[in-house]
Amino acid sequence: MRRDILAWLAVAALSFPLAPVLAAQGGTVTILGTWGGQELAAFEKVLEPFEAATGINVEFTGTRDLPAVLTTRVQAGDPPDMAALPNPGQMQELAAGGHLVDLGKVLDMKQLRNDYAPVWVEMGSYGGKLQAIFISADLKSLVWYDPKAFAAAGYSVPTTWDEMMALTDRIASQGETAWSIGLESGAASGWPGTDWIEDIMLRTAGPALYDQWVAHDIPWTHPAVKRAFEIFGQIARNPRYVYGGPTAVLSTNFGDAANPLFTKPPGAYLHRQASFITSFIREKNPGLVAGEDFTFFPLPAIDPKYGVPALGAADMIGVFKDTPQTRALVRYLATPGAQEIWVAQLGKLSAHKRVNPNAYPDELTRKMAEVLVNAQVFRFDGSDLMPPAVGSGAFWEGVLNYVGGEDLDTVLETIEAAADDAYTSGKATD
Amino acid sequence: MRTGRSWAWSFVAPALLILGLYLVYPTLATIYTSFLDRGSVHWVGLENYGYAFTSPAMLTAFRNNLLWLFLFTAATVGLGLMLAVLTDRVRYEAVAKSVIFLPMAVSFVGAGVVWKFVYAYNPPGASQIGLLNQIVVALGGQPVGWLLERPWMNNIALIVVGVWIWTGFAMVILSAAYKGIPRDLKEAARVDGAGEWQLFWRVSLPYIQSTLAVVTTTMLINVLKVFDIVYVMTNGNFGTEVVANRMYKEMFQFRNFGRASAVAVVLFLAIVPLMLLNIRRFRQQEVER
Repeated sequence: MRRDILAWLAVAALSFPLAPVLAAQGGTVTILGTWGGQELAAFEKVLEPFEAATGINVEFTGTRDLPAVLTTRVQAGDPPDMAALPNPGQMQELAAGGHLVDLGKVLDMKQLRNDYAPVWVEMGSYGGKLQAIFISADLKSLVWYDPKAFAAAGYSVPTTWDEMMALTDRIASQGETAWSIGLESGAASGWPGTDWIEDIMLRTAGPALYDQWVAHDIPWTHPAVKRAFEIFGQIARNPRYVYGGPTAVLSTNFGDAANPLFTKPPGAYLHRQASFITSFIREKNPGLVAGEDFTFFPLPAIDPKYGVPALGAADMIGVFKDTPQTRALVRYLATPGAQEIWVAQLGKLSAHKRVNPNAYPDELTRKMAEVLVNAQVFRFDGSDLMPPAVGSGAFWEGVLNYVGGEDLDTVLETIEAAADDAYTSGKATD
Repeated sequence: MRTGRSWAWSFVAPALLILGLYLVYPTLATIYTSFLDRGSVHWVGLENYGYAFTSPAMLTAFRNNLLWLFLFTAATVGLGLMLAVLTDRVRYEAVAKSVIFLPMAVSFVGAGVVWKFVYAYNPPGASQIGLLNQIVVALGGQPVGWLLERPWMNNIALIVVGVWIWTGFAMVILSAAYKGIPRDLKEAARVDGAGEWQLFWRVSLPYIQSTLAVVTTTMLINVLKVFDIVYVMTNGNFGTEVVANRMYKEMFQFRNFGRASAVAVVLFLAIVPLMLLNIRRFRQQEVER
C-alpha cells in the first residue's frame, strides 16, 4: 500500500514538468450539439486524425433540442466541455452569463484574424472577447431548380426579381405551379418562412435597415417589414403560385419541400432554400447528380440599389471548460485542414480563407462558396440573432399565421408586442 | 406509547426528507422564482402573473386546456365505461381489452409522431400518405389539413390522440370495479323485474360511483398537464397552445424563468383542488372497504 503511494508520488513528481504535454495526451472532451446522421458522421471524420494524434477521446452528444438541454445543464452547473451552437444569439446569452471560455487565450488571434474576415470574428465575439469560432457556413439566398426540366419547358434562369415573378406567372398561366415551399419543421416550424422574409428585407430595405430591424430599432409594423411580408405572401399565399396552396406550405416538412421539383412531370419548378438542402435532395432522390439534375441561382435583386446580398447561417463552437484537451481540440478545429474534412463531407461552405476550394465535393458547392465570398453584403440569419421569444417564437408563429390566412397587420402587431416585451426585459438583465 | 410514536417518526423521516428535497423545496423555489425577472435577478412582483393570466398566448392556452378538460375527460371516462361494460360480456374479453389497453404502452411522444402520419396532408392529386386523408380521398373528398383547421378541428384532432392513449386505462380500472359488483345484487334486481338498462343506471353505476369519480379526477389531472402530444404535433401553432407547452416554451426556448415559473404555479394551483378531491375519494373508498 505504502509502496503504491510512493510510486505514485514519484510518477507525479517526474511528470510535473511535462504536465502540459502529458495532459494533452489522452483524456476526454464532451461536446453537445444538434448534429445527427450525416452531419455527425462528417464530424466524426473530422475528429479521426485529431483523436489518432492526441489520444484524446471526443464524445459527441447530439440533440435536436439543444437550447433546452444546454440550458438545463448549464443551470445545473454541469455543462459539456464544448458545444456546437447553431446561433450567435444563444452564444451571446451564454457569454453574457460568463459560461464560455475566452478563446483569445487559447488561439493565436493574429492568425485567426488572417484566416477569417472581420465579420466572422466579430460575430463570434462578445464583450470584446472571442467566445466561439465558426467551422462552417450555410448560404441561404439560393433558388433551386432542375435545369433539365427548365430546358424542356423552355424557361430561362431569371436574373431580376421581376423576371422571376414573370416566370412564376407564366408557369401559372400554363396551369402548372412555379414554387414549392415547406414551413413545417416540428417544434421549429416556421423558420424557412423567416428566411424568406429576411432575404426580401435585405433586398428591399438594405442591410442598414435590416440591422435596425434585427435590433428592434424599428417596429415590426414598419412599412419595410410589412412590404417584405407582402412580397413573400404574394408567392406563399397564392394557390396558383405555390404547390398545394398555403395548406401544403404549412404542412410540408422543409426537407421534403424540394421533392416536387423532381417528379415527372414536375409538381413545381422553383425552391428557395439554403445550401444544406443538397443533402436532403440527395437523400430523398438518390440518383440525382448535383449540377446536372439540380442546381441553383442566387435569389435575384429586387431593388438594384441593394444588389444581391447573401443571407446565411453558420455553425459555431464554444468552450465551457478550459482544459488542455478542449484547448487542443479548438485549436485543431480552427485549422483549414479540419474544416476541409468537414465541408468536403457535407457540402457546407467554410468561412476560413485558407480552406482549399478543391476540398469542396463538387462544382456546385464551389459555386456556392463563390457566391458567399463575392456577395457585396453578408448578413447572418436575423431570427437567430433576435431574442428567442421573438426570433424563434413570435416571428416563426407569425409567418405561419400569415401564410394560414391571418390579417397581416394583426400578425405584425402580435410580433411587435412580443418584441417590445422581449427586447426591454432582455435589457433589464444586462 | 411515546416510544412507539418516536419509532414511527424514525421510519417516516427518510421519506419526509426525500419528499422535502424533491417536492417541497422545488415547489417553493418555483413559487419564489415566479416573482423574479427572466434571469431570476430582480424582483418584479406580480408581473409574471399578469402575463400568465392576460397574454393572448396564455388565453388561447386556457381556452384549449378547458376544451381538453371537457372533451378528453368525457371521452376517456365515457368510452372507458362503455367498453368496460361491453367487454364484460364477450368471450374474447382478454384479447379485446388488451388491444384497447395497448396504446397505454406507447409514449406520448411516440403517439404524437404516429398520429402526425395519420393526419399527414398532401396536395390534392398527389398520393396521400396520411391514413385519414387516404380514406377521405378514397371516398371522393378533398384532402384536409387536419392539424391546420383552427380553432376546433385541429384541437379535436389532438384530443383524439390523448383519448386513444388513455381510454384503455379508464376501461381497465372501471372494468375491475364493474366486476366487483356482487352477482346476487344484480340477480336480485333482475328478479325484481329490472331491465338491463335499469340495472346499469340503478345498480351498477351507483355501485362503482366512487371508482368512477377517482378515474374522472385522475383524467382531469392528466389532461391539465397535457404537453407531449401538442409539443410533438403542432408545438401550439395554429391556435393549439396549451398551458404546459407554454411553460416549456417560456422556460427552454425563450429562457424566461420568471414567466415559466409563474405559468407552472398557475398550473399547480389548478391541479391542487383536484388532487385533494382525489385523495378524499381514495380515503372514502378505504373506509367503505
